Amino acid sequence: MKYVALVYYQESIINNMTEQEWHDLNQECIAGVEKLTSQGKFVTGQPLQPIDTATTVRVRDDEVLISDGPFAETKEQLAGFYLLDANDLNEALQLASRIPPARFGSIEVRPARELPPKD
Amino acid sequence: MTIASRIDTIYQTESRRVQATLIRLLGDFDLAEESMQEAFAAAVKQWPGQGIPDNPAAWLIKTGHRRGIDHIRRRQTARDNLSHVAENELYTPEPNTDQIDDDLLRLIFTCCHPSLAIEAQLALTLREICSLTTEQVASALLQKPTTTAQRIVRAKRKIREANIPYEVPERKELPQRLQSVLKVVYLIFNEGYSSSEGNTIVNISLAGEAIRLARLLAELLPDGEVFGLLALLLLQDSRRHARQDANGELVTLEDQNRSLWDQEQIRSGLTWLDRALELTPAAPYTLQASIAATHAKAATALDTDWARIARLYQALYQRQPSPVIALNHAVAVAMRDTPEEGLKLLDQLAGHKAIQSYYLYHAARADLFRRSGDLAGARTAYQRALTLTQQGPEQRYLSRRLTALDGA
Repeated sequence: MKYVALVYYQESIINNMTEQEWHDLNQECIAGVEKLTSQGKFVTGQPLQPIDTATTVRVRDDEVLISDGPFAETKEQLAGFYLLDANDLNEALQLASRIPPARFGSIEVRPARELPPKD
Repeated sequence: MTIASRIDTIYQTESRRVQATLIRLLGDFDLAEESMQEAFAAAVKQWPGQGIPDNPAAWLIKTGHRRGIDHIRRRQTARDNLSHVAENELYTPEPNTDQIDDDLLRLIFTCCHPSLAIEAQLALTLREICSLTTEQVASALLQKPTTTAQRIVRAKRKIREANIPYEVPERKELPQRLQSVLKVVYLIFNEGYSSSEGNTIVNISLAGEAIRLARLLAELLPDGEVFGLLALLLLQDSRRHARQDANGELVTLEDQNRSLWDQEQIRSGLTWLDRALELTPAAPYTLQASIAATHAKAATALDTDWARIARLYQALYQRQPSPVIALNHAVAVAMRDTPEEGLKLLDQLAGHKAIQSYYLYHAARADLFRRSGDLAGARTAYQRALTLTQQGPEQRYLSRRLTALDGA
């Protein structure tokens, strides 16, 4: 079964890291993905650029509305996601707990929804 | 004994286990319950003629399993999408019935899964493990039945859609997950303990249900903290007849008539505590049970070994540094040494925001002021406490204390 692990953290924590700390964190994430892949648990995933690079698109009355960033001011920002293949929620939670930013941010684990069959 | 009354007894002792196994086999809470009921209905019909089978639980599981699969087949035929895969999955001629106790334990861990809201964990545990009806759960938890029903439905949906597994956690995760189960049992107990006042309409004793749950856990999972929790519940519950006077008014530990304490329950609690102490002497529930045991062993309030209680709270605080435990520690120190020593420790807690709005903090300060002879200080603190509790018996207790100060 597929689960999405959404990685959130306060970007200020990252901004305050030294070059070395940031480098080590990235290397740790790479090693983590390698391990997940070798276990057959990693479907896909992607880290994201900081939130100030985000643009939001809405369509209202057929009109495309484009605005700066996401609306909600939240304490933690979405920083990336993993699509995991796990047997059940317990395994998904276990895998998520090994995602390095879990130590200073939070990982939201959600079961993926399948679309109904095409008509 | 007639067959009918023997079936009644079997229902009381086995229905939860049968249902737990059916949930594993059928993978659906509601279908399992329906199938379990149908299996008992079949037993009522067939056993008077055929006799009671050697292993009634196994018979009930097999019958319930068959009924459940019939239901699934009918649903699928109705939807007209019976696939070969589903057909294969359904082909389980002989359900495994030799792991019935494991199934019950699995069900407990599923109902108390930390990914469910704590209110949902409580409701689901009472519904599925204690076999209360939704109406009983609602009235015991002082909720509207519709609220409870909704919580239970949502929790079951989350279990299904997030695929919360039906399993006892692996050894590595067990201690943490067990904490979550023990917390649910303790909350159920406290819910019954604190809402018992004058509420005679609720004939479900949540404290009793919590003790049954703890006993069941002690049987299924012999862990020191399980024994510790069971000991704690038995020792606290042993005082239930002394906690209220004839008018339903709160009686503090100090003023309780100790001849009303249930000595048999105390003995049972002490026995479980001994077993807990062998395994987990310094774990939180075992420490709390040790504190309750120290009170239980004191023939009068004056005989209380406050030095020991202060030490135990100190140890508990090291494991769980919460201001409430620090508060209890301060009171124990006051009783061991002087009220002034206790007040000094309480003053150190004043910075905690949560503790400032906790009525027991101010009630404790008031009590220590009173004991030290500072009646004005006591009055102010009792009045502060009075503004912070909504519960009738607690308010009346504090008012009585205030009146007593005026008379002094």
